[in-house]
Amino acid sequence: MSKVRVLAGTRKGAFVLEADGKRKDWKVNGPFFAGWEIYHMKGSPADPNRIFASQSTGWFGQLLQRSDDGGKTWEPVGNKFVYEGATGTHQWYDGTPHPWEFKRVWHLEPSLADPDTVYAGVEDAAIFRTTDGGKSWQEMPGLRRHSTGNKWQPGAGGMCLHTIILDPKNPERIYTAISAAGAFRTDDGGGSWKPITKGLYSPFMPDPTAEIGHCIHHMAIHPSRPDVLFMQKHWNVLRSDNAGDEWRDISGNLPGDQAVYPDKEGNTRAFDLKGFGFVIDVHAHEPQTVFVVPIKSDSQHFPPDGKLRVYRSKTGGDEWEPLSNGLPQRDCYVNVLRDAMGVDSLDSCGVYFGTTGGQVYASPDAGETWSPIVRDLPAVLSVEVQTLP
Amino acid sequence: MIRVVLPAHLRTLARVSGEVRLEVAGPVTQRSILDALERQYPVLCGAIRDHVSQQRRPFVRFFACCEDFSHESPDAPLPEAVAEGREPFLIVGAIAGGAR
Repeated sequence: MSKVRVLAGTRKGAFVLEADGKRKDWKVNGPFFAGWEIYHMKGSPADPNRIFASQSTGWFGQLLQRSDDGGKTWEPVGNKFVYEGATGTHQWYDGTPHPWEFKRVWHLEPSLADPDTVYAGVEDAAIFRTTDGGKSWQEMPGLRRHSTGNKWQPGAGGMCLHTIILDPKNPERIYTAISAAGAFRTDDGGGSWKPITKGLYSPFMPDPTAEIGHCIHHMAIHPSRPDVLFMQKHWNVLRSDNAGDEWRDISGNLPGDQAVYPDKEGNTRAFDLKGFGFVIDVHAHEPQTVFVVPIKSDSQHFPPDGKLRVYRSKTGGDEWEPLSNGLPQRDCYVNVLRDAMGVDSLDSCGVYFGTTGGQVYASPDAGETWSPIVRDLPAVLSVEVQTLP
Repeated sequence: MIRVVLPAHLRTLARVSGEVRLEVAGPVTQRSILDALERQYPVLCGAIRDHVSQQRRPFVRFFACCEDFSHESPDAPLPEAVAEGREPFLIVGAIAGGAR
């Protein structure tokens, strides 16, 4: 029978949650690296027992861990992340130039084909790659050296490169997203990058349609249609049908808020904005079925009305339905962070997400019903899912 | 033989318990101790000082003989008691409140 392995990175350690294909009885393994922040863990599609984990603290910096036995044992690998050549500056919060400084690894994206190759998205924003299983890391400097790089500014959580998507049909194409610089795509294996933000509208920016500066929270694709991108942005949800060249809002009937910003003429007005959130993911078998978790924006960061609800669109956006069966519907004030949702690829697609309250919820039926795998972990920073034979 | 006390997280990382003992050639300074420590336990590279700049990480402190040497030059000689192994060189994770 197939098995599912859920990798949960938390504020105070890593946990490996395992169940058989029924997904009813779960074994909770961990904490690994107790006391350290685990921003992300991800397994290699080419060798699922090889898992990488980003381990850091403010005291002792960044470590990278690798397991070759499915998370039972771990060995530290290389942790030297040095920007290539002159680092230059980006903009600080106050608009002054600030030198690029490595802080931590936010996201690890193992190659689809080679278990020794992994991409790492880091703060301050850059993309690194290892081709020796994590022993050494080299920056792919074309992204940081983009002509707009000196204008990038950090979001509230830091200037993090948090999303890396490898195109399963075109190994030369990679998508990345940076808070709060925007989204970028390379079509030459990382040599050169272009912003992919046409159609994004961010009323909190001086020019709401500028090429850079959009606060993108996460992006997702379905592997069968890598040109179709879904984006959870600060304030709304969008979709592109041409690899990010153009985007359109698909927030539809998602819950929203009013926010007061200057309009195009410089007059202050209230905008009705729908669909603030951090996570977004796509059903394993239905490329048009998308999941998000709306939260109140943009400082409250908890579910509307204290009700934790996943919203699902079966139409690729615009029309959304709340899914709440098994989720707390009163007094719930947790957040679901950008990398904290995943899906399995069993016949009935499982959906999983973790909360800042320490719960990891699972749905074995594509969101119809939910139950907690575990309720009292440290704040969950990331959730990744592996489907095993 | 130099005696070094690591903070708990770094003992776990280096897979040691208790004090670490190091052979240090030449003058006993912060730098020579850390060089020897990182040679013996490469996993600690980057955890105490920056890989490239060699700057002490902000929340790490160096104590010995009831004194704080964190702000001294990394090349300044440490007390004889440390050099002779009578007193340990303490690498300490600074107290940083309860924000996390």
